[in-house]
Amino acid sequence: MKKFDYSEKKDTRSGFGAGLYELGKTNENVVALCADLIGSLKMNDFVKDFPERFYQSGIAEANMIGTAAGLTIGGKIPFAGTFANFATGRVYDQIRQSVAYSGKNVKICASHAGLTLGEDGATHQILEDIGLMKMLPGMVVINPCDYNQTKAATLAIAEYEGPVYLRFGRPSVPNFTPVDQKFEIGKALLLDEGTDVSIFATGHLVWKAIEAAQALEEKGISCEIINIHTIKPLDEEAVLKSVSKTKAVVTAEEHMMNGGLGDSIAQLLSRKLPTPIEMVAVNDTFGESGKPAELLTKYGIDTKDIISSVETVLKRK
Amino acid sequence: MADIQNLEKTASQIRRDIVRMVHAQNSGHPGGSLGCTDFITALYFEILNHDSKNFDMNGKNQDLFFLSNGHLSALWYSALARSGYFDVKELSTFRTLNSRLQGHPTTKEGLPGIRVASGSLGQGLSVACGAALSKKLNKEDNLVFTLHGDGELQEGQIWEAALFATQHKIDNLIATVDCNGQQIDGPVDKVMTLGNLRAKWESFGWIVLEMNGNDMADVVRGINEAKSLTGKGKPIAILMKTEMGMGVDFMMGSHKWHGVAPNDEQLQTALNQLEETLGDY
Repeated sequence: MKKFDYSEKKDTRSGFGAGLYELGKTNENVVALCADLIGSLKMNDFVKDFPERFYQSGIAEANMIGTAAGLTIGGKIPFAGTFANFATGRVYDQIRQSVAYSGKNVKICASHAGLTLGEDGATHQILEDIGLMKMLPGMVVINPCDYNQTKAATLAIAEYEGPVYLRFGRPSVPNFTPVDQKFEIGKALLLDEGTDVSIFATGHLVWKAIEAAQALEEKGISCEIINIHTIKPLDEEAVLKSVSKTKAVVTAEEHMMNGGLGDSIAQLLSRKLPTPIEMVAVNDTFGESGKPAELLTKYGIDTKDIISSVETVLKRK
Repeated sequence: MADIQNLEKTASQIRRDIVRMVHAQNSGHPGGSLGCTDFITALYFEILNHDSKNFDMNGKNQDLFFLSNGHLSALWYSALARSGYFDVKELSTFRTLNSRLQGHPTTKEGLPGIRVASGSLGQGLSVACGAALSKKLNKEDNLVFTLHGDGELQEGQIWEAALFATQHKIDNLIATVDCNGQQIDGPVDKVMTLGNLRAKWESFGWIVLEMNGNDMADVVRGINEAKSLTGKGKPIAILMKTEMGMGVDFMMGSHKWHGVAPNDEQLQTALNQLEETLGDY
């Protein structure tokens, strides 16, 4: 299989911060809001250099979402940042009515998503956010895999007119995608071709999928790895093309099985191309405190879980 | 000078529209709509600097209005149609299938005059704060107006927005509260008392004014006073005393007509009390 390498590990939230800062320099309509988490969201540079376009919103997320919706009236492009839990579950109705139903050009920027938030525990480890956001009509849902891709996604969503949910995280993960890549919303990325199984992964689990594919290659199993950075709209064509070749599917995500990427792909395949599928995702439980790596292991969304899921699905072929 | 008599005539027609629209579908919210008719009439026919013939979502160089208590949709639709945003004939589609006049206001169907959906309460002040900041960034000197129910102030988001507006010195914003003292389950004081509203808003850093929302001259005076206080670093709240159901005697003095439509006989009684001044739709 193709060789994947990286020079350093970086957090995806810093990719967001870098992208936002660049937008500050290049797009005067971009404004930012944050609910008392500037440092955590890596928004410091934007705040420092573009204070007139930054609105500290305090610990009041509902108002932040509404204010962001209002800022679009007059042509601003608001990027509203906070932790994923407070950016979705806490403000669902505000997003539903003032942003999604109203068709507002708001970018909801959500950090510390999933288990890899770590020690803060389940109150902050939202695993339902992708499901919540993808159910809203017209909402674009993006979950990039590394620093470079998160930066590229941040730049790309400023060019897109409409509500977007951009999900990223806290831990440092391998930064392996190209610097200055072009990010195409809704376009799945074929990372490596294979013949036995298609692994569709999103976010932090993309690198885990690569690790799994490397281990499986040694066992003589050829994996096709596809990075689904945009969960909605799903690149149905790319999914169907790969699955019609491999005839077996594993999905991998740092999210609840209900409502996640696997759920979207299963829904597509059950309608258009019924295929054996295994899902690496959190199964109907809350997280807990711990180190990110420990949590991925305990909750069954680590490299070894992708490997065992591939072995299971191949038996069902 | 405002032509108060003329505004009152327009208000009478809008009240007729409201009861006819709600009666036609046996559905809607006449009580609060009738109570706030004088305010909305004054706003759309006297106060707002707006272009009803060329509606544009961004509303640059225009004053903006947000109806945060979206259940007063019949009132708003009538005022929008009567001030030229769309044909008054369309009022007959209120709350029917495929209509742009949804039960609660929405941008989704493209009805001119509406810039955000409302209905789920407590969100309009936040949206107005954003729109007001957008105007400041665009160096426009226009104003942003909102209307809220008093019961709506029980939503926590209102007070988040109240803090935010003061923190960011949003002084191009005039929020009006319809103080009719009623909500679905009964008098506001019995359901969840708001205490001293003036003191609450003042302690949040707002300039607070009061007016009689059912006295057209006082409404025009009150809003103009508010306008004169904009640009001084503080947001402005107007506590507007109204009577729910104003203009239709049997709908007044109770919360019972919040979300109930009149029957045929009640409609006739109501229409007999409201002069047809601009022609029914």
